[in-house]
Amino acid sequence: MVHIKRLQEEGIDCIAIIGEIDASSSIELDLTIAKSVGEGFRKIVVDCTALEYISSAGLGVFMSYIEEFKDKNIAMVLFGLKEKVINTFTILGLADLLHICENKTEAKKLVNELSL
Amino acid sequence: MFKNKALIRLAFSGSVIAWLALVFSDISILLSDLKGLQAGVPLWLPRVMLDLYVVSLYYYYKFKIERDESLNFTDLLWKVFATGLVATVLSLAIRLVLFLMGNTKLPSNILFGDVIYQINLALFLSFLIATYSSWKRLILYQKSKWLIRTWLVFEFSLLFVLLYDSVNIVLPDPISITINITLGLLALVLSANMKWVAYLNFKQKWTSLLLLLLTFFYLAYFFYTVTRQSAVIREQSETFVDFSNHIFNLSLFSFVLTYSMFSFLVIMFNLPTSSVFEQKLEEVVNFQRISQSIQTEQNEESVYNILLESSVSSVFADAAWLEIQGAAKERKLFTYGIDESEATAIRDHLTNNSVKGILDQGSDKTKNISKYLATLKGYRFRSILAFPIQVKGETIGTLALLKELPEGFNKEMTRIVSAFANQAGISIENFRLMEEAFQNERYKEELKIAKNVQKSLLPERLEQDNDFEISAFSESADEVGGDYYDTIRVNDHQVALIIADVSGKGTTAAFHMSQMKGIFHSLAQQELDPKEFMVRANQALIYCLERGSFISATYFVINTNVKKIYYARAGHCPVLYFNALANTAGYLKDKGKALGMIKSREYCNHVETNELPYASNDIMVLYTDGITEAKDHRGEEFGLGRLKQTLQSVTGQTPREIQDRLINSLYEFSGSKEINDDYTTLIVKFR
Repeated sequence: MVHIKRLQEEGIDCIAIIGEIDASSSIELDLTIAKSVGEGFRKIVVDCTALEYISSAGLGVFMSYIEEFKDKNIAMVLFGLKEKVINTFTILGLADLLHICENKTEAKKLVNELSL
Repeated sequence: MFKNKALIRLAFSGSVIAWLALVFSDISILLSDLKGLQAGVPLWLPRVMLDLYVVSLYYYYKFKIERDESLNFTDLLWKVFATGLVATVLSLAIRLVLFLMGNTKLPSNILFGDVIYQINLALFLSFLIATYSSWKRLILYQKSKWLIRTWLVFEFSLLFVLLYDSVNIVLPDPISITINITLGLLALVLSANMKWVAYLNFKQKWTSLLLLLLTFFYLAYFFYTVTRQSAVIREQSETFVDFSNHIFNLSLFSFVLTYSMFSFLVIMFNLPTSSVFEQKLEEVVNFQRISQSIQTEQNEESVYNILLESSVSSVFADAAWLEIQGAAKERKLFTYGIDESEATAIRDHLTNNSVKGILDQGSDKTKNISKYLATLKGYRFRSILAFPIQVKGETIGTLALLKELPEGFNKEMTRIVSAFANQAGISIENFRLMEEAFQNERYKEELKIAKNVQKSLLPERLEQDNDFEISAFSESADEVGGDYYDTIRVNDHQVALIIADVSGKGTTAAFHMSQMKGIFHSLAQQELDPKEFMVRANQALIYCLERGSFISATYFVINTNVKKIYYARAGHCPVLYFNALANTAGYLKDKGKALGMIKSREYCNHVETNELPYASNDIMVLYTDGITEAKDHRGEEFGLGRLKQTLQSVTGQTPREIQDRLINSLYEFSGSKEINDDYTTLIVKFR
């Protein structure tokens, strides 16, 4: 089960993922990101502080936006990943394709820099 | 059936014989009487014959009318009418013949007159008994025990009277009067049983009235004819069987007449209310239609249409609409006698005036809010009634009924339509449950196919070599995943190995896995460097993999000439390697991104070939994330640490033994054999 919250601050869309992302809940994550993009956000930060587990399908969601964001010049930064979670990103080789930060302040700073 | 026919014939011939005997004995007695002679036949014979005639006819009609299940109420009346018609026509024909004969000697002959009288009496009795049998069926329709008993008493009383008539014992007046009164009372009580009238529709009632009128005519005609003729004969002789002296005949006649009159009056008074009964009957039928609509493989839409039609016809509404929120939250509008724009306009008008409790989906109250319609100009409707339709306690739609008359709906109508709406709700709920079960079944079936496909893609036997031994194990969870492993001999000193995990589950995963197998078998043969293998595989896959899908894989080439392993890791779990010489185990960490993640030629910068020399007793453990991510009851993962520990404890054993130990400790850890993912291991031990 997953719970996804969105919060807008200073033109940044902050998506907080609470719980686990598996094959079925990855659809919800995909829809949330798509909605954010649809609403015209150029700066997206993803709060993974409460993300307990992510399956390959969930990783696939992040992966699928990489090219699109590059084309549309949208910046997305992930932060607060647990070691276990970041490991799955690393093993797959996804970690260096995404922007990952320690905390929210850094993430906001990075997202602002990236969108310049 | 055959037996029935035989009985009918037997009864009929019995009655004919009895009647013939009656006529001859009667004439002979009459003749002797006229000539002052002693009669050649006993005086009681005609009476007994009459009894026999009556009893035979009774059985004849019992089989012909009472036992015939196919007759309905109007059919019964038709039978009575037809019997009466035949009897009357015959009687009238005789009259005509007599009339044509004019003033000849024969008609005035008393014997001839007696014959004519007997014929008429027989016809009359036949008609009476036929009617009696029909009335019996009508009275006993929806019978109770009490009614059957009363009827039996009545029938036996009639039999008693019949027997009494034929013996020459004269009972004292009080007794005969008591018997007469009892019979009369019984006839009256029985005549009150008119339940069948309620089941006639308007047209049938009119038909019945007409048929009953004709029955009255026949009764009157015969009564008059028989009485007249018997009077004429009595003037000349006292010894013949007089109709009016027979209490039985009179009782039967009065009973038939009474019931006919009752029926006539009851039907007549029921005429104005018959439409109400028809309406009720139609409601019952509509109810059945709604509840049966689920069984006849109809869809939700037809349930809605039946509900709409039934409600409209039950309350005589001029128009109606049904607004439904479908299973997928889409709104549908079904209309009757009103077009969609009009319905929407009325609904919007009510919404704008914030009329609560009608079209407001949140409310379960049913209210008559006709007064609000008065403010809606330009529309013909002056009454509206709305109902919520609920499925599992959730309102899924509204049924609105409209009338052009003001105050057009009453409480009774509200009750009926509300019952319809409830029934429709139940039908729809059942329908949705069935649909769900059906979908689930289909999904399961699909999974089964995918699982079979996946199983068949894994190799049946693995490549073996003098230098190493391989053992593999793969198990898939309920949901099909996409774990894949395979081996292929490239040449006499090279063997290629692959382990891969397709993201996602179900049929798509199995499909991608089969693509991976194809790629492996075609590229591995070309003696490619592992990195080149991955680059080409990625190039092939980027056009096949759908958005968000990828495949993690590790590709190995074991070269026994140089005793080295060349491998490239594409995002797959790091290899666990046991170095026998140093007696250490560790994970081979190196860079490499999963296949399909970078959709361009640039991928060659994200993957590399690594080489590793091997020595005797070295062990290489390949696995998928199903193993390291298996959880125990506290939610803790098996992890890389436990995997390494397990390997270190069994390094001296054969690959098969190592594999068994590994799987067992996995089961021990998770506490069951039900692991929520696919899990695969491939163990290579060098010799």
